[in-house]
Amino acid sequence: MADVATAGRGAATRRGRGAARHPGRLGRAWIPYAYLAPALLLYGLFLLVPLVRAGQFSFFEWDGLGASAFVGFDNYLAVVQDERLRDAFGHALVLVFFYAVLPLAIGLVLAALLTRAKVRGIGFFRTIIFLPQVIAMVVVAVTWRQIYAPDGPLNGLLRLLGLDALTTAWLGDYTWTLPAVGLIGTWVSTGLVTVLLIAGMTRVPGELYEAVRLDGAGPVREFFAITLPAIRGEITVALTLTIVAALKTFDLVYVTTGGGPGTSTTVPSYEVYRRAFELGQVGEAAAIGIVLTILVFGITAVVNRIGDRS
Amino acid sequence: MRSFTRPASVVVGVALTVTLVSCAPGTGQGNAPEPQSTEISTDISGVDDMTLTVWDQEVRGAQNEQIEQLNAAFEERYPNITIERNSQAFDDLNTTLRLALTDNDAPDVVQANNARNTMGAFVAADQLRPLDDYADAYGWFDRYPASILQYSTYSDDATVFGEGELYGLPQTGEIVGVFYSKSKLEELGLEVPSDWAAFDEALATAKSAGEIPLQLGNIEQWPAAHVFGPLQGNTVDVADVTRLGLGNAGASWTTPENEQAAAALQGWATDGYFNDGANGTDYDAAWQALAAGNGVFLLGGSWLAADLADAMGDDLGFFLPETDAGTLATTGGTGVPFTITSAAENTDVAAAYIDFLTSDAAMEILAETGNLPVNRTAELAPDSGVLADVYTAFDAVTQGGSLLPYLDYATPTFGETIGSALQDLLEGRTTPKQFTEALEADYAEFIDSNG
Repeated sequence: MADVATAGRGAATRRGRGAARHPGRLGRAWIPYAYLAPALLLYGLFLLVPLVRAGQFSFFEWDGLGASAFVGFDNYLAVVQDERLRDAFGHALVLVFFYAVLPLAIGLVLAALLTRAKVRGIGFFRTIIFLPQVIAMVVVAVTWRQIYAPDGPLNGLLRLLGLDALTTAWLGDYTWTLPAVGLIGTWVSTGLVTVLLIAGMTRVPGELYEAVRLDGAGPVREFFAITLPAIRGEITVALTLTIVAALKTFDLVYVTTGGGPGTSTTVPSYEVYRRAFELGQVGEAAAIGIVLTILVFGITAVVNRIGDRS
Repeated sequence: MRSFTRPASVVVGVALTVTLVSCAPGTGQGNAPEPQSTEISTDISGVDDMTLTVWDQEVRGAQNEQIEQLNAAFEERYPNITIERNSQAFDDLNTTLRLALTDNDAPDVVQANNARNTMGAFVAADQLRPLDDYADAYGWFDRYPASILQYSTYSDDATVFGEGELYGLPQTGEIVGVFYSKSKLEELGLEVPSDWAAFDEALATAKSAGEIPLQLGNIEQWPAAHVFGPLQGNTVDVADVTRLGLGNAGASWTTPENEQAAAALQGWATDGYFNDGANGTDYDAAWQALAAGNGVFLLGGSWLAADLADAMGDDLGFFLPETDAGTLATTGGTGVPFTITSAAENTDVAAAYIDFLTSDAAMEILAETGNLPVNRTAELAPDSGVLADVYTAFDAVTQGGSLLPYLDYATPTFGETIGSALQDLLEGRTTPKQFTEALEADYAEFIDSNG
């Protein structure tokens, strides 16, 4: 450690950039890792170790209390065979549409409008749009649960507009509950996506727009020819974040519906919780968790592969 | 990013291999049941100074008040014992107990829910101490009716629920019945229905008068079970309901009687007796609606009495319709029982504490603080108000009628199974026959796997 300290101080006193880039003749390849060590240790302790333990649990039948029995891939077979679980994964994919695809569409329009129009008080609008992101999900869920209540504001509004026929118990209706929960996700994600896209769009050099305008392109052509390709990176980031959020949804479902009505809004994370903590099927819960992790990795890898291709 | 992937996967791979070949989950942790001394004592005044760690779920107003008073009185009587209390809401305690009991520093006394996936699982894993010896010494078998004690009794391996050794004692009782608004009933020109047939007529009268006959908030899925339970008590034999409810062998869901009960519930839904969108209404919103004057009846548990009375005062009443056979049978049970863990430092002290919490004197404190004491209910009943009705009904059911188990006790998954099945039934997505078949599948699978 003493070596690191003197080397560091020496480099600092020498001030020159070139000096810092060559920290000495001895090849101290381990120094970067020493800097990484504290973070890596924490990351390993709180993420990698639990992940590996979960992977290990997934090969056992264990109730969380007594002895366990090694069952090989039985838990994974159960994940594939259990209709209720297949449904849960299906629901998660529906949520991807509401968490990622829909917010991206809305976000592109909003961001394009906000950057083009050069509105006054853009900071204010950005804050408003981003606000749902900073509210705790449980608070969001409790609020929307009240909005969706049979006597809640949403049905109140519909009645006010004379649309009594459209009113329903939004969280108790077999057709509408999953979309209703999904739309909460849309409301939350849109802010994040929009702010990311605005950041990307403001970075696009003005000359490009001038050039395309001289060529006689309208706003729509301009958007597809210049803006969209330029913010491909931001779109990839936005999709990655929101898809991950969609697939690991737990709090929203836990607070709003508990998986109901029937089993129409169950999601994998909720099944993990239910099995591990309520039913005492720790092995199966771990297997679901691992499958979900692989799914998240897979989908985001595909998104990034497409996003990087340029 | 890409250059990081390979070392990371190697690390994970190596770590995975290492842990997979090392210890399996559930070994080398937790406390093997310590050999219990055969000598037990009911006199703890000579015990060295010690701390008794208690995990309870008595967090609501009246519950918290009674336990604080009783804890203080216990510490006053036994200055050598200090109580360290950790109290959490019911759901939180349920999810944390599993981890806490296997910890080396497990609490001495815990409230463990009666259900198979809680108390049953702990008994099977030898995490709780059987209490028959203390029950004999303290006379608990005389203090409690057998119909109450069966809910904290398991066989040694926990395959049988309701027979075997006693594992815990509850302080309070619970009973599901019908809350109603007296003024609404008067407006409709109705008497308090004496049996289920009369109740059906009252619902029809209320409906034709443009009232909401029955309030139900079922977004949580379990509330409808408290509507179905009493209806099942009307048509199905008590012994069968008990077997089904406790998950013991020898009964079946697919019987005409169970279908009849399901059809009665579905009939109420198709006749429009429930508030619109009951499946999407909060449990709390439903009783609050009744309190606000929307609705005539609500089937619910005695735990709602205090809050409803706060809002409705003397307008609120509680009753239990008689079955067609002229008996009283309804869903109910006990508060969460206090149990002693296998890791308890001194079981004599823990048993003395549980005895103290459930003594005759404690029942008086429970009544004074507005709880429903499980014993001496009739003699401690208040003179008037809804609590008088509730005390009377509980006493009548436990002494002369039948207290039917909560149906979700049956199997570890039954709460979810019956919850979604009831939502399907109310929505008309399943027939009563399909409803009973869905429940039978869960019940039969459990009976099979339980040997």
